Amino acid sequence: MSEIAPRTRTALAPPVVVATALAVAGLVLLVFGATTPVLIAPAKAAIALLGIGLFLNGASRVGKALAGPGFDVLFWASAAWLVLLALAIVFVDWLPLGEDRDVAATVTEPVFGIPTFTGTHPLGTNGSGLDLLARSLYGARSSLLISLTAVVVGTIVGGLIGIVAGYFRKAVDRVVGMATNSLLAVPPLILLIALATVLEPRLRNVALSLSLLTIPGMVRLSRATTVAYANREFVTAARAMGAKRSRIMARELLPNVLLPIMSLAVVMISVLIVAEASLSFLGLGIQPPEPTWGNMIAEGEGDVFEAHPHIVLVPGAFLFLTVFAFNIVGEKARQRWDSRSVKL
Amino acid sequence: MGLPERETVTSAPVPLLQATDVATVFRTPRGAMRAVDGVSLSLARGETLGIVGESGSGKSVLGRTLMGLITDGPETSVTGSVLLGGNDVHALTPAGRRTLWGTEVAMVFQDPMTSLNPVKKIGRHLSESVRLHLGLSRAESRDRAVDLLCQVGIPEPARRAGQYPHELSGGMRQRVVIAMALACGPRLLIADEPTTALDVTVQKQILDLLQSLGEELRMATILISHDLGTIAGRTDRVAVMYAGRLVEHARTAEVFDNPRHPYSRALIASIPHLDLSPHTLLPAIEGRPPNLLNPPAGCRFAPRCVVATDLCTTQSPALTGRAGDDTGGAVACHHPLGAAKEATV
Repeated sequence: MSEIAPRTRTALAPPVVVATALAVAGLVLLVFGATTPVLIAPAKAAIALLGIGLFLNGASRVGKALAGPGFDVLFWASAAWLVLLALAIVFVDWLPLGEDRDVAATVTEPVFGIPTFTGTHPLGTNGSGLDLLARSLYGARSSLLISLTAVVVGTIVGGLIGIVAGYFRKAVDRVVGMATNSLLAVPPLILLIALATVLEPRLRNVALSLSLLTIPGMVRLSRATTVAYANREFVTAARAMGAKRSRIMARELLPNVLLPIMSLAVVMISVLIVAEASLSFLGLGIQPPEPTWGNMIAEGEGDVFEAHPHIVLVPGAFLFLTVFAFNIVGEKARQRWDSRSVKL
Repeated sequence: MGLPERETVTSAPVPLLQATDVATVFRTPRGAMRAVDGVSLSLARGETLGIVGESGSGKSVLGRTLMGLITDGPETSVTGSVLLGGNDVHALTPAGRRTLWGTEVAMVFQDPMTSLNPVKKIGRHLSESVRLHLGLSRAESRDRAVDLLCQVGIPEPARRAGQYPHELSGGMRQRVVIAMALACGPRLLIADEPTTALDVTVQKQILDLLQSLGEELRMATILISHDLGTIAGRTDRVAVMYAGRLVEHARTAEVFDNPRHPYSRALIASIPHLDLSPHTLLPAIEGRPPNLLNPPAGCRFAPRCVVATDLCTTQSPALTGRAGDDTGGAVACHHPLGAAKEATV
């Protein structure tokens, strides 16, 4: 295909054709590597990774040719993954998936089924015959729900406290500073374990205890940003035009604090996904049979991982890809918003 | 203190602004800093007053104290009284002061780069205070914003109203800041070094704009500046400040033609002129302004003054009018220059 392209007259420029060919070849390799049962596992992995590399390279060239040199393939791949995951989470109840939590319904299903990427169990089954794709998607739902709730709560509470502390300073600032410092002084995992022993391991409680982790960082960032802006003359100007303190905080300071806070929030999501998975792995988060990525990985404890690596690798891959995607998107957001605030 | 000139210079029966013996002291960890120390001023409706002095002489602090932005509190002490349209600014509650700000008195700030909120559109800067004070509807306030932009000479006001501050040049931004101050029709405008951050060519435009707006709207203006050139010919009267005190206060032409305080004369002498031959040394004032944490006894200018005597270092001169002077000028000096000249002649 790539050999013919330069000779025949096509509408697209040759580099685009080469790039498309690369991407397609990569996809073919990926599918071949993943679905061919005769290959041994390391060979499959090698072929699949090569396929991914080729695909990303090709897609990057296509994107650069079509959308200009600023095209960032990793960002778009990350965004695509997150959109795909979000859609899957929303529609998971209506998707034709295998059983995800009722062990009684899967007595006839194969146990420790290997991922075939086709058939009824595309990502295989676990020791009880439960479908891993279904479990991963339901797990994604609780993981993302928990971390998003925690980030939203933490951002709102931490951001507001930070603005108030940064604007009023003095005693308010000292009290808030003391509180955030003491919260930061407690090791996060130990704080979570302590909270988990007291609170019932339900979605709301896990989310609230995780939000405690985000609050100190948010308070510090929003306080620092507020202090920087509160000394600018536009705040004095607003005061000199008769604006109340509440109005100054809401209309003058909040819009300026919002951008840095939001970019920290995106990065925080990935941190909290990992924190939630750690809690579940330790058995302190959402309890089985309800699936989460953490408790799915925990099923690989003992000799199971050696015999059936996919039990751990499937939820691990979901976890890795999601955290990676959030980091890439968060980094992009930070760059964009930071450079804009510098320009202003 | 400073009473004689009020009756003569002020034509209106009740002055718009009457400040009596205003002192602003900041309590710092290193001691009390007397930024403004016993200043009395008055301003009639539609009158313009220039306040000049070098950096750190307390001009801006005086402006903010007159407006009530700096008030008596745990870290500052404000004494004396500031009557604005009959209200004592410093006796009002914070809510009472807020109703004065914008409608009675407004301020134009020094740096148009920081006095606009980077994330708010130009139109919203103007419409918000209009809605707050005049209770206009959203659509009415938008029209008012465009009118205001038009009034301060911004071309394409409707398009500019939808832009963010960073899309405007420095001069345009300062016009927006002036429009903000004008938004609710104040009777007194305090312009705190409105042209310091601008290009020389733009400076003149902004000063002309302030002058014409003041005449058009019959608005009293206080123009604070360290640059005598911006004050010359644009104000009715000039008050020269040194180390927190008024040292001279007279009609603008009088100060420029016939300065009576040695400091005023030295300030005017240090303005460069185009007709000076190249490499002429400018007469600069020797020494540095005094430390306001621990000001010298007597006249504060005495350590740098060429005509200072022992009297000057021990006794502080009061701001008094000269006998036989009907223009209302006043000077705080034991050895005013005009008097010395008369004595020698």
